[in-house]
Amino acid sequence: MSPQKSHTPQYRPTVGLEIHVELATASKMFCACTNKFGDPPNTNVCPVCLGMPGVLPVMNRKAYEFAVRVGLALNCNIATYTKWDRKGYYYPDLPKNYQISQYDLPLSSNGYIDLPVDSQVKRVGITRAHLEEDAGKNVHDLPDCTGVDLNRAGVPLLEIVSEPDMNSPQEVMVYARAMRQLVRYLGVSEANMQHGHMRFEPNISLWIFDEAETDGGHYTPIVEVKNLNSFRALEKTVVFEIERQINEWQADSQNYRMDKMSKQNRGWDDVKEITVFQRHKEEAQEYRYFPEPDLLPVEIDEAWLKQIRSQVPELPAARLERFQKEFGLEAKLANLLTSEKSIADYFEQAVRAGASAKRAANMIQSQGLRLANERGTDVGSLGVWPERLAQLCKLADADKVSATATVAIFEAMMESEDSAEKIAQDKNLMQVSDASELESVVQQVLTENTKAVEDYRAGGKKSKKARGFLLGQVMQKSKGQANPKVAGEIIDKKVLG
Amino acid sequence: MSAKIGPEQVRKVAHLARIKLSESEVEQFSEQLSDILTYVDQLNELDTSNVEPTTHPLRLSNVFRKDEAGETLSNEAALANAPKKHGGFFAVPKVLE
Ligand SMILES: [Zn+2]
Repeated sequence: MSPQKSHTPQYRPTVGLEIHVELATASKMFCACTNKFGDPPNTNVCPVCLGMPGVLPVMNRKAYEFAVRVGLALNCNIATYTKWDRKGYYYPDLPKNYQISQYDLPLSSNGYIDLPVDSQVKRVGITRAHLEEDAGKNVHDLPDCTGVDLNRAGVPLLEIVSEPDMNSPQEVMVYARAMRQLVRYLGVSEANMQHGHMRFEPNISLWIFDEAETDGGHYTPIVEVKNLNSFRALEKTVVFEIERQINEWQADSQNYRMDKMSKQNRGWDDVKEITVFQRHKEEAQEYRYFPEPDLLPVEIDEAWLKQIRSQVPELPAARLERFQKEFGLEAKLANLLTSEKSIADYFEQAVRAGASAKRAANMIQSQGLRLANERGTDVGSLGVWPERLAQLCKLADADKVSATATVAIFEAMMESEDSAEKIAQDKNLMQVSDASELESVVQQVLTENTKAVEDYRAGGKKSKKARGFLLGQVMQKSKGQANPKVAGEIIDKKVLG
Repeated sequence: MSAKIGPEQVRKVAHLARIKLSESEVEQFSEQLSDILTYVDQLNELDTSNVEPTTHPLRLSNVFRKDEAGETLSNEAALANAPKKHGGFFAVPKVLE
């Protein structure tokens, strides 16, 4: 990576990522409690998710289908037979003292995702994706005690485990962002980071090859960092760990090796921006997995799989490519439009309703997304439905309104049900581009301003200013409705001949 | 008969299950657990090479519920049995993150 001196080893980061995604179902995984963030503590709870004795969990069909949908989108093998297991550990936010998860028969495995990294395709393997239930939340800022809120306990949680295929912080970030985009495209999660819908656990190690070594190279001990809940924390953690592991290796190159030191867990300190040692693997929990007797296995047949497959939409990468080919959009704009499914859908519907692709794309970029962002909503919810955006695009394409006027018209359309054309007329924003209609106005202006006409015709210093003045007069007389380009052409023709 | 489960293993399992055992109990459970395993070992006499592994004793699968939110407990009812509560939370001894 960096320039090598003879005593400095070369290294390559090796990172795998576990991602936990909360699924956007209406109810929890194994009980009918509401799956919702932000309610008062312990109000979305029932005997099942509180871990009361004698209760029985029942699977949420939609959660299972959502999970399979992700497995399909990640090119995984979908298991025709899966079961549930209990993962035992003790923590206050886990009321049953075990978590229902999938251990040896996950619902999907052996997939991959292709990512754009430095204009190349980087393939990252997906080891497995399985379903489990989320734990509750511990609140630590209470006096003398820790508070436990079990609203989140039992929310369907998808764990996606990658192969250690990522070799730089950049690749980790591209992967993590692509996963967020994917689950949002699939409609299985809001993936709202502020609501903790997505959490990351990177496994970080370095492959070190030092020419001084006879065996050619080795790995540093793997470090697993738990529970990162922002992209920022993920990136900083990976960058920090790479740096830290190089230093550790340089301090003790003989012993800081995977074969001599066990895996360790570290935590991210968001204030100091460092990782902190927690424990070595041999001290780590033993989860004592065993089959969950309270739940029945799931068998999935071709018909059901086909039905779930039909719910997988065109995926972001394919859509990005198509937008560039089909609509002739440049990569950057196509990227923006396909960043969210809602934006891409909105754009395509406007084009299907008759908008030219480039006009619609630019309008969405410069106005729709800006306004949606200002109002904290998405572009499709601004009130300017795709069909109405198409009306506005058509007006602009026909030169009936100026590019500047589209801004005001778009904003007015958000508040009104009227057509783009009616709004433009009501606001006097229709533009006159018809030369015959503009001729008389121009003639009148020229007759009233002979000095400026002479200055313009004379050329030299004053010429340009005089032309600007004449055009300004035309705009004023037409109440701003003259198409300045057409009006300018008429002035030029009449004055210069 | 040699013990299949020694005292060390009993102590470890007890720790994982957060159960406190006296030394005599460790001894007792070591014997009992070993006996149970020996008993279950009889199954090894059967030839199961042509039998699919069982993952669940019931020959049923795919029992689902619809994804619909139903009734929940009130906060008062949820906390009714809690030895300690605080502002709608279950209160437990301070946990260090
Ligand atoms: Zn519940």
